[in-house]
Amino acid sequence: MDWVIEARDLKKIYKMGEVEVEALRGVSFTIQRGEVVAIMGPSGSGKSTLMNTLGCLDRPSFGEYVLDGEAVASLSDDQLADIRNRKVGFVFQSFNLLSRQTAITNVELPLRYSTHARYLGNRRGRREQAIQSLKAVGLEDRMTHRPTELSGGQQQRVAIARAIVNNPAIIMADEPTGNLDSKVGKEIMNLLLNLNKESGTTLIIVTHDPVIAEQTQRVIRLRDGLLDGAS
Amino acid sequence: MTIAQAFLEALESLSGNKLRSGLTVLGIVIGVAAVISMLAVGNGAQASITGSITSIGTNLLFVFRGSPESQQGPGGGRGSGNNDRPLTLADAEAISDPFAAPSVESVAPAIQGNGVLSFGGENSSTTISGVTPDYSTVRNLELAEGEFINQEHMLGRMSVVVLGPEAADTIFGRHDGVVGETIRIENQPFRVIGVLVARGGGAFGSEDGEAYIPFTTAQARLLKRSSRDQVDILFVQATTAESVTQASDEIANILRQRHRTPIGADDFTVFTQQDFLQTFETITGVLTIFLGGIAGISLLVGGIGIMNIMLVSVTERTREIGLRKALGARRRDIVIQFLTESSLLSLIGGIIGIIFGWLISFAVGQIAAANDTAFIPIVGGDAVLLATVFSAAVGLFFGIYPANRAAGLEPVEALRYE
Repeated sequence: MDWVIEARDLKKIYKMGEVEVEALRGVSFTIQRGEVVAIMGPSGSGKSTLMNTLGCLDRPSFGEYVLDGEAVASLSDDQLADIRNRKVGFVFQSFNLLSRQTAITNVELPLRYSTHARYLGNRRGRREQAIQSLKAVGLEDRMTHRPTELSGGQQQRVAIARAIVNNPAIIMADEPTGNLDSKVGKEIMNLLLNLNKESGTTLIIVTHDPVIAEQTQRVIRLRDGLLDGAS
Repeated sequence: MTIAQAFLEALESLSGNKLRSGLTVLGIVIGVAAVISMLAVGNGAQASITGSITSIGTNLLFVFRGSPESQQGPGGGRGSGNNDRPLTLADAEAISDPFAAPSVESVAPAIQGNGVLSFGGENSSTTISGVTPDYSTVRNLELAEGEFINQEHMLGRMSVVVLGPEAADTIFGRHDGVVGETIRIENQPFRVIGVLVARGGGAFGSEDGEAYIPFTTAQARLLKRSSRDQVDILFVQATTAESVTQASDEIANILRQRHRTPIGADDFTVFTQQDFLQTFETITGVLTIFLGGIAGISLLVGGIGIMNIMLVSVTERTREIGLRKALGARRRDIVIQFLTESSLLSLIGGIIGIIFGWLISFAVGQIAAANDTAFIPIVGGDAVLLATVFSAAVGLFFGIYPANRAAGLEPVEALRYE
């Protein structure tokens, strides 16, 4: 099988003063390339920790994690930054756009940190790629607008364009519709699913919402830092 | 992330908070302007002092009584009586011997003391010098009117006086048309025979306020010394500026022989105009460093202002830093981003500060000119370079800590930060 994510016995222990808190207590699963997966679980279940680990924002305390063929559990901070840049696209609940920058500059941001020869010192190349990405989310007529001049749905589209601009292996969406009303939320979900269908990018959605989970192919449920009847 | 990109982003970020950036820049502006103008004033002072010393003539030497060790400064040895033999008119004669001292052009002995000039109820205390006719040539004096002391005045011990322009101003309220008036010096009547041309500051400060009377008259009536031929100071003119050192050696040899002093225990001091130049250059150099140092402190304070505002900025933008890290910014990218901002702040401040400092120096020069003081502050290229380099260094140095703090943030924590 073509696994894009292989997680084996992931454990994460936080030290809070004297007390050790085990946020993940040995989680193993795999995700196929092109799959759409939801991660669900009540708060405190280790959902966020798992998302941070899968998104390479954090390292597991124990266990192995292979993302798109690269073992990342023991990489340095800068190496992790590079992996995030190349392989992970983030979509956040609160969009996290730079408010003073235009849509196109926001979308370009990951390319500015890219070490890829195609983008290094190539302003035009970055711009073209950012325009393509904005077109893919249907915002070609809003490219020079700043986030404050855009609606919530449009802002999330810009964020999605930013997530896909570097052709990542996975898109990590953390409650992508959490700050949107249901109609706009549905549009954003459809956009994400369509992007998955068209480009085959693996989509991982962290959510509370069962309606959203229903639209995915598989749900990974967490409870108390362990998998809860994964299917 | 290239430097050009970082530069543009820093510019955008700084212009996003104009008031704050402006105030931070102001700290550096004041610091740099202070450094530039203080150094300019210091350099200007040095140039004007050395200039006026040079204008007196660099081929002038001064001989005082007392060993160099006992000299507190120019003329300071005058009262250091102890066992040192005083200089005498015979010493002056010996020095002016062209065979013993071929590098000496002429010698003018003098005795000096304080006295009160008065005319029509106006009193003024000033330096009275008893001089010989040679004094005028040795010191290169010019007369605005009248004549200088001549041999006849000397022989007759006549009660005549030549006034410096300031001395004339003080007691007459003017310095022209006073020849022929009779003034009193220490209550003795003296006829004014000449007034000198003003020439500003000299080696002993301004000499424009002095009064000159014949040596013999001074010796006999005003400035009595223990022996009749004792003098306080010898003014010696060397044949050329280049022969000053040689003249100094010749004078020293003659005086050592005449005073029979053991080697290394001179009871006199030969001071050259070059020595004065060096002394004043040292003094003004220290003054310049002192002023520049104080100004440098304000630049340091400006730098602390940058650090402060950068720390605030890092805290405010924690989420942004988290986001940038999530999108693939490495440690170095974040460090460069914040260092660029802090350097840019200090660089802009430095440039504006240089312009301001130059304007201040210019204004000081204008004020000095308006007050008839020949003093032009000099904004040197070295000062500009120093201020630029120093302000950039301040920006970098005080940016390092905030930048590292930003770069060290954990992306997970930073993204969660509210």
